[in-house]
Amino acid sequence: MIEPRFATGDRVRVDTRPAKGHCRAPFYLRGRTGVVEAIHGRYRDPEQLAYHRPGLPMRFLYRVRFDQPSVWGREAENSTDAVVADLFEHWLTRVTGRETANAR
Amino acid sequence: MHDDDQGHTHGDPDPHAPSPDDAPPASEWEFLEKALSALLAECGVIEEADIQRMMNFTESRNPALGAKVVARAWTDSGFRDRLLCDARKSLREEMGIDVGTIAEIAAVENSDKLHHVVVCTLCSCYPRTLLGQPPAWYKSREYRSRIVREPRKVLKEFGTVLPSDVSIRVLDSTADLRYLVIPNRPGGTEDWPAHRLEALVSRDSMIGTALASDQNDK
Repeated sequence: MIEPRFATGDRVRVDTRPAKGHCRAPFYLRGRTGVVEAIHGRYRDPEQLAYHRPGLPMRFLYRVRFDQPSVWGREAENSTDAVVADLFEHWLTRVTGRETANAR
Repeated sequence: MHDDDQGHTHGDPDPHAPSPDDAPPASEWEFLEKALSALLAECGVIEEADIQRMMNFTESRNPALGAKVVARAWTDSGFRDRLLCDARKSLREEMGIDVGTIAEIAAVENSDKLHHVVVCTLCSCYPRTLLGQPPAWYKSREYRSRIVREPRKVLKEFGTVLPSDVSIRVLDSTADLRYLVIPNRPGGTEDWPAHRLEALVSRDSMIGTALASDQNDK
């Protein structure tokens, strides 16, 4: 049984590595820190499926909430609003309390 | 030609010209589609009737179907809970709606403190197997780029102004889930039956750019 690496409530950062070709991690969230809201389960990897490969291994998919200021900084429209995106595990790393929240 | 024709810029096509009797030549994509479907049929992968069945399925999905789901959720709290928990299962077992296998569908519920609005910033992901085809603006670059950046301003342009104590959650459908928003049930409809409530549920209220009550205000 493969377990998800992150749990609900974990703070995670979206990786900034360049992605060639099809990828479902939007650029505006790269390097941004959010909170895991839900674990959707495992899905085939779209970065492989897009090129007619089987999409294996399957990847855990998480619903991650990014508060507006963590994405747009001081230009955020409203600090209590948020963007929620579904992100695959291989794009996320855990953020511990001492790290700067939004280093890019 | 009339004298008042002078107002037109030279070279503009005549807007009143009759359409030609002959259809324009088929595009490259039309040829490709015909060749591919003929080949698939010839090789026995699909039958031609399958294509028609799929077209009928696609056309059977529209906002009215979503409105039935929302009205049921408003009037049946058990169904609402099961819909929020496992939309695919509850839609199939309790409403006879098959949402297909292309993507998962998830329902999210608005409240007095939380408002959801859906976008796909990467392309045009949309709960097509429930609501049908998305509106043109949903696929526009402007909506996709702005709604995550300045949702309140964009919603205001849709005529939707939310109080400051309501938090907005912009759902970016980036992966395998397609989102259906269950809007707030308009006040004063407590004793309304489901079929009457359906008329209050617009397509945009299930995307989150409108409120369900908008229809009723007119």
